[in-house]
Amino acid sequence: MLSGGLALFYGIVEVGRNWLGPFTPHVEISRRLSALPVYAGYSLLRIALAYVVSLLFAITYGYIAAYRPRAERFMIPLLDVLQSIPVLSFLPGVMLAMAALFPGRQLGVELGAVLLIFTGQVWNMAFSFYASLKSIPREMREAAAIYRFNWWQRFLQIELPFATIGLVWNSMMSVAGAWFFLMACEQFSDFRLPGLGSYLQAAADDGDTRSIVLGILTMIAVIVMIDQFVWRPVIAWAEKFKMEQVESASVPTSWVLHFLQHSRAVALFRKRAVRPLRERMVHYFARRTDAPHESHALVWFVRAAGIAALVAISYAVVRVVIIVAGLPSADFRQIGIGLAATFLRVNVTLVLGALWTIPVGVAIGFNPRLARIAQPVAQIAASVPATALFPVVLLVLIRLGGGLGVGSIVLLLLGTQWYILFNVIAGAIAIPTDLKEAANVFGIRGWERWRKLILPGIFPFLVTGMITASGGAWNASIVAEYFRFKGQTYSTVGVGAMISSATEAKNFDLLLVSTIALAAVVVTTNRLLWRRLYRLAETRYKLEG
Amino acid sequence: MSEPIIRAQAVEKFYVQPDGNRIEVIAPVDLDIEPGKIIALLGPSGCGKSTLLRMLTGLSKPSSGEVLWHGRPITSQNAGVAIVFQSFALFPWLTVLDNVEAPLEARGVAAIERHKRALRILDTVGLDGFESAYPKELSGGMKQRVGFARAMVVEPEVLFMDEPFSALDVLTAENLRNELLELWLSKKMPTSAIFIVTHNIEEAVLLADRVIVLGRNPARVRADFSIEIPHPRDRKSSRFVELVDYIYKIMTQPDLALAVPGATAAAQKPARQKYQMIPHARVGGVAGLLELLHDRGGKEDLYRLAEVLIMDAEDLLPIVEASVMLGFATLKEGDVEITPEGVRFAEAGILERKILFRNAALKHIVILQQIDSVLHAKADHSISQEFFYDILDEHFSQDEVERQFETAMNWGRYAEIFDFDRESHRLTLAEPVGEPHPPTTTPVQS
Repeated sequence: MLSGGLALFYGIVEVGRNWLGPFTPHVEISRRLSALPVYAGYSLLRIALAYVVSLLFAITYGYIAAYRPRAERFMIPLLDVLQSIPVLSFLPGVMLAMAALFPGRQLGVELGAVLLIFTGQVWNMAFSFYASLKSIPREMREAAAIYRFNWWQRFLQIELPFATIGLVWNSMMSVAGAWFFLMACEQFSDFRLPGLGSYLQAAADDGDTRSIVLGILTMIAVIVMIDQFVWRPVIAWAEKFKMEQVESASVPTSWVLHFLQHSRAVALFRKRAVRPLRERMVHYFARRTDAPHESHALVWFVRAAGIAALVAISYAVVRVVIIVAGLPSADFRQIGIGLAATFLRVNVTLVLGALWTIPVGVAIGFNPRLARIAQPVAQIAASVPATALFPVVLLVLIRLGGGLGVGSIVLLLLGTQWYILFNVIAGAIAIPTDLKEAANVFGIRGWERWRKLILPGIFPFLVTGMITASGGAWNASIVAEYFRFKGQTYSTVGVGAMISSATEAKNFDLLLVSTIALAAVVVTTNRLLWRRLYRLAETRYKLEG
Repeated sequence: MSEPIIRAQAVEKFYVQPDGNRIEVIAPVDLDIEPGKIIALLGPSGCGKSTLLRMLTGLSKPSSGEVLWHGRPITSQNAGVAIVFQSFALFPWLTVLDNVEAPLEARGVAAIERHKRALRILDTVGLDGFESAYPKELSGGMKQRVGFARAMVVEPEVLFMDEPFSALDVLTAENLRNELLELWLSKKMPTSAIFIVTHNIEEAVLLADRVIVLGRNPARVRADFSIEIPHPRDRKSSRFVELVDYIYKIMTQPDLALAVPGATAAAQKPARQKYQMIPHARVGGVAGLLELLHDRGGKEDLYRLAEVLIMDAEDLLPIVEASVMLGFATLKEGDVEITPEGVRFAEAGILERKILFRNAALKHIVILQQIDSVLHAKADHSISQEFFYDILDEHFSQDEVERQFETAMNWGRYAEIFDFDRESHRLTLAEPVGEPHPPTTTPVQS
């Protein structure tokens, strides 16, 4: 207990000293083994902080959107756009802005990283919470109304439980994505942060294989620990929030949860602290039922905030128009070429990814024995954020003599293939046995079998995987097309490279316009291509019982 | 007569469409809920029974008119009411005990008192020993007991029940009904009136002291009468059977109350300004009914038919109505009788049935006639579903439009009047097998 408290205190002081300390443009990364846990701690802290902020924001956003039809009308389409914008394209801009906001303090850059991770992970959580609130059965809401549930009771006994499962799965996805962004942030040229990402980068810089291996092992260890100590127990606990009428056969378990549920200290804590507190909350809110549901001050605050946001957005739009008008035409041509190159690269990556993952994924999905071995291995491989491996892959590529032109595709592939693979496996498993048997009975095999049974069967999953992979690839292109390594800059043609180099050159106009252009292209492809495919998958290729 | 607890004065529900067109769901209704009675509200499915219940509890506001609770305007906050829901609406993450305690928590009852009251009521409904179970561990009947307990624990003056037994199997429902009646008759229930919404005619006659029958499109009170048979009621008694038959008659003859006695539904020409509403029955159901009728000599009592098929009125009536509408059967005094057309259909093979159905549909069903003539008029023989949504929108609520369209698609595709592509949302003219296409207006060989 005491030592734990001491450790905690030391940690807080250390973090405080570092974050509030003066800004250090070139963080020296120590490669002693003893430094690794500290770096892992820093990385973990950023993730945790960003996650807590995301969770609070997601719940607030989802709540407002679900209950205010007028807000809903613009909040949900906005969410849709925000969700498809590649966050990493804002990395340079955000870092520059935050560093300027807290001049001479490390805090600015740290908050910049947290903010960036936050923007990477919050939208799907917000949407999940909103969708859960919207899907609460009408009779359940009516029961709450007729039994006079107050706001607090409704939130705690209906809304939150109802949203828990969706929130948990989306949180897992978000945090996995957060590692990807965090690694990119920690390695970001001028604003390097002490953490696992920069450790790996420094190790690769020096070609220090031992450190690279140790860094990656630490990374995996951290991710496995989060899985065992956070997600597993939470998933097992969330099982009771399933809206099922009958108990399901296989229930997820967790030894950590089991331990907590049978621990006497936890039971005592619940009895002494949680229950009395809950009782007081119950009475506090029960007494307030007659009060109007919301104060006028809050309504005015929301309105004022809305107007302020509107003013700010209009101002920003005007500024952007002015900047765009002033940009030389050569820059536009360059952006066009860059976009085309990146577009091509992203889609080549998707095709390559699909080409190897479809046969392999189907083979794994159709073979339970193989799946038992392959799935955990693939999960661990996928859990290592691609950005953490970038320096390592680059090191290998340069030794082999390849340029970043080919290299960037390898890098993109590294980050995106897993989404497709996992979805294909899930899709192959989901194909009903009787359909497979029917195909066998009618002698459908070879290419015919792929065309009639397997491809249509995995189609919805494949599309889901490709959509996620496409988003990931656009994101990764920012860091994959432009890389500083051993003091040298490697870059290739592409809009990602333009964004990075514009930051380097402090050409903010070009940075802004190319970021917007990139976001616009991604949102448009989502609308025109992926959304349609998804609808097709939802309607025609849905396997219904 | 004693003072009513809840009084509804000319409550009405309608939706105003963007073009100002009013879709009336519930026509003005006056209704009193008096103490000491079980009132049953009967009506065909989708007629607005549940909407009326929600207005009476203060959950939903009437579009016009007023609901009074002891003379004051009602809200769900001031009314001493509780609802037992069809889907139970229990919270799956709370134990049985927590579910029952939750309404008391909302009222700020102290923990010990809450616990005591919840346990007492669980004991009453026979859930001793299940306090710490989760709803998903319970059977349907047990779940609804929790629903009863949760409703009674707040000691509501009026207990509302929205189809409380219709999600349960027949035996469980029967058992639970009897237990409810026993509690009520022995005055163990802390309520002074029960208002039960149901589509089950026997259930209404079995339980209620007063029955209100609602008509459809828009909902209006078709009949309101007392039942004075003493409890326990015998389903076989002649008075009981008479009442059930009487209600069947009201429900199958939409214009009975307005019509000259003795007139039949088929013979009546309803006022034409209302758009024809097709009952939501599948072709297979119609075929099955006709075959059964044919086998049983061509004529059968509706009540008996429901018994033979073990079907609720809710499920049976649309099929009967569809058969009548298509000219395959007639309804008279609660008896269904097959027509010569119906006999031909029952005896026909697969392909011939399609032709017979097609002819009947194009002769009697307005929406299918419209689709057929529009498709023939268009050069490309194809049209978007929106066109028909717009037509239906003029007459029905949003949900009803969807259902009308779904049923029309089901019938029209079977009859090979058109094809429907769900992805492009377009209807195209079908090439019927077997016979040349009949002209657009609807003469038919019969």
